[in-house]
Amino acid sequence: MRPAAPMLRNSILKRCLQSGLLFVTLLAALGAGDASRRFTDLGHRLMCVCGCHQILLECNHVGCQYSSRMRDELAAAVDRENNDDLALQWFVQAYGATVIAAPTGTGFNRVAWIMPYLALAFGLSTVVLIVRSWKSRPLLPPPGSVKPVEGAELDHFREQARRDTDTEDQIQKGH
Amino acid sequence: MSQIGSFALLFALMLSAYSFLAGLWALTENSAVSQRVGETARRSGIATFALVALAGAVLVAAAFENDFSIAYIFHHSNRDLPAPYKFAVLWSGQEGSLLFWSLLLSAYGLVLRLRHKTDMRLFAHASVIIAAVQIFFLLLLNFAANPFGIMEGALPPDGNGLNPLLQYPEMVIHPPMLYLGYVGFTVPFAFALAALIMRYPGEKWIHITRRWTMVTWGFLTCGVFLGMHWAYSVLGWGGYWGWDPVENASFMPWLIGTAFLHSVMMQEKRGMLKTWNMWLIFTTFMLSIFGTLLTRSGLVSSVHAFAQSSIGGWFTYFLALILATCLFFYVKNRSHLRSEHQLESILSRESSFLFNNLLLCLACFTVLWGTLFPKLSEWVQHHQVTVGPAFFNRVNIPVALLLLLLTAVGPLLAWRRTSLESLKRNFFWPAVGALAVGLFLVATPERWGGVFGMKPWRDVAYFYSLVTVMLCALVALTVSSEFVRGGRVISRHTGQNLVASIFHLIHRNTRRYGGYIVHFGVIVVVIGFAGSAFNQEKEQEMGFGDKMEIGGFTLVCQSYTQDDNPNYESEWAVIDVFKNGRQITTLDPERRFYKASQTPSTMVANRSTLQGDLYLVYEGQNRDTGRPIIKVHLNPLVMWIWIGAWIMIAGTVTALIPGAVAVRVAVPSRMRAEPVGAGD
Repeated sequence: MRPAAPMLRNSILKRCLQSGLLFVTLLAALGAGDASRRFTDLGHRLMCVCGCHQILLECNHVGCQYSSRMRDELAAAVDRENNDDLALQWFVQAYGATVIAAPTGTGFNRVAWIMPYLALAFGLSTVVLIVRSWKSRPLLPPPGSVKPVEGAELDHFREQARRDTDTEDQIQKGH
Repeated sequence: MSQIGSFALLFALMLSAYSFLAGLWALTENSAVSQRVGETARRSGIATFALVALAGAVLVAAAFENDFSIAYIFHHSNRDLPAPYKFAVLWSGQEGSLLFWSLLLSAYGLVLRLRHKTDMRLFAHASVIIAAVQIFFLLLLNFAANPFGIMEGALPPDGNGLNPLLQYPEMVIHPPMLYLGYVGFTVPFAFALAALIMRYPGEKWIHITRRWTMVTWGFLTCGVFLGMHWAYSVLGWGGYWGWDPVENASFMPWLIGTAFLHSVMMQEKRGMLKTWNMWLIFTTFMLSIFGTLLTRSGLVSSVHAFAQSSIGGWFTYFLALILATCLFFYVKNRSHLRSEHQLESILSRESSFLFNNLLLCLACFTVLWGTLFPKLSEWVQHHQVTVGPAFFNRVNIPVALLLLLLTAVGPLLAWRRTSLESLKRNFFWPAVGALAVGLFLVATPERWGGVFGMKPWRDVAYFYSLVTVMLCALVALTVSSEFVRGGRVISRHTGQNLVASIFHLIHRNTRRYGGYIVHFGVIVVVIGFAGSAFNQEKEQEMGFGDKMEIGGFTLVCQSYTQDDNPNYESEWAVIDVFKNGRQITTLDPERRFYKASQTPSTMVANRSTLQGDLYLVYEGQNRDTGRPIIKVHLNPLVMWIWIGAWIMIAGTVTALIPGAVAVRVAVPSRMRAEPVGAGD
């Protein structure tokens, strides 16, 4: 019966991982919501184009020529379009690509999202290489250390030490 | 007056050049004459400080005397500017802030040169490197961005005034702190490069460098948090961090400096990561120069940036020169940086530092990447894209969570190797505690704007918040267990109570426990960040007696009025705040219009508690009705960020205090507590 234990452990681990994955997926999927939530979500994915470099729903400039109008347009787009991407696309057509607060997942813009993961992969590989090189590289002796003595030379030094200490003992006894 | 300033800067440049050249010659020669010349180089470095300080004093005096013949004073001050802000004139514009940078650099150089007896040769090398950096800034001040430029034509009666956004008490402290951080990284850089050039034997230089880095890191931390607080209190958008390029410029050296402060321990304890540490400190300095380039060259657009100018080219060449110098000496002397030990186990303190460094560098890279991507996109696609908070949050939040996990695990790992059993044993109860905190937050009735009674299945942001708080609890428990474990051993042998024993413990190893206090601060800050998932906001026009409801608060407009003084015109509303039918406070959000600069500014009214902030912004008046438009933000847990920042500073100060000599206590072997993570 013993060999079954690791299999059982693996199966439990697998189920735990699957449940975890399902849990996270469900959490992500449950994010979709009503019109006001869509308005808030999309409003935080758009920039105000007045030059304040602020998220549309966070622009608070007095007399801002754009943010109030854009908010109305966003509310209309949310009512009109069921699809968030279409609503955002309307703003890109109207105000240009800089109106979107983060790079899209298309064309060259995809590079913006991919690069951090590439950097992570590169960093991890570097760490692995460093660890490997540490394991294979001969080490420097610590400063001030002496070369280790082995074999016949070691026997010679041991004999010398024995003779010296014997002499010391004899001197002490003589006293 | 402007001539005194101009001449002071010119003489300072000459003295810096002498300090550099004579110092360099003295280092290459070995004679009694070269020693005397080296001493004159050191003294000219000290005199540079006096001259740059004189130039700074002249500029501030010109601001107080309303000397609008100086163009810089005309552009950044006016007659009615309150006295404390006259000091802020020094760093409010391009030229003045470069003078301030140069002043701080010469002050750091002064301290370094006065302490030269610590190790005369190492300090002489570092002094020459600092003189080289000083020459660059003085060249800029003398030939590209002179703060003492004279106004052409008739003398104007009044100046344009200080930027209203800078007319806030914190602005008198925030830039000096930030600059002390930025400029301060020159000193560890100088020591690191000096040690590499000299092939410095031993690790003394790293002790000196670490201490300077910690001081500088402390200043930068102060500066970053003061900047966040200023943005929160003045900009009026309800947030404290917008991933603006200028904010990112201060964050990048902070991240790499943090990585260095961790990995340097591996070099001190185990003689490892010497090359890595060297490059971390080089990179930190280069990032602080790069940040200056970002904010002053117009390379990226930002609300905080200085006006676009031609000095970007100067910084680019300087950066290239620094990189070339570092590379040259690294290639020449890299054999000096070989590791003395190897990684013995993946379950060790060393590996936790490796991964900590990987994550901090990754975070820095993503910030740099996101900051520069709009420019890259313009080059490649011929149109810019925006890289806003959505990108930075999505990429950096998982990295931050992994860092939190490492912060929790790190103290449980011993140097060289830890057994899996020991790790499991020490990790079990903190993990149970963290799970209990998570369950408690989900199971309790909804309070504190949704922080209690969290519903992580409703939104990904809530899910991240819950995970963050659980990880913070994990860190708090593992770090607390370190204090309690050490405190108990001392208590057992000295008879002191546990609290006194913990103080004793901190006093004995200030660096280690100061570091843990910084970690405590970090988790308190991160809990504050986690609260942002539950932010609420509402906007309403409010006439006399009008009410607004938000998150259990009832706001009633009592009055609205306006005022006028020589500096600005203002409008404000008086809002009574009620909770459960009882009045708890009165808030008066204000809008100002500064006359000299003809620009508006917000004065936020904020009721801040541990539970959250009730943050009121006077948006303006409806032109048709004349009634004020009030925007209300309910931001849970924001106060935790400021408290956490104070704890981080306290931890840094603790770590800087020299530890007491350990009290020797004879501990029978059976009574010894099992060391969890021996050493720092």
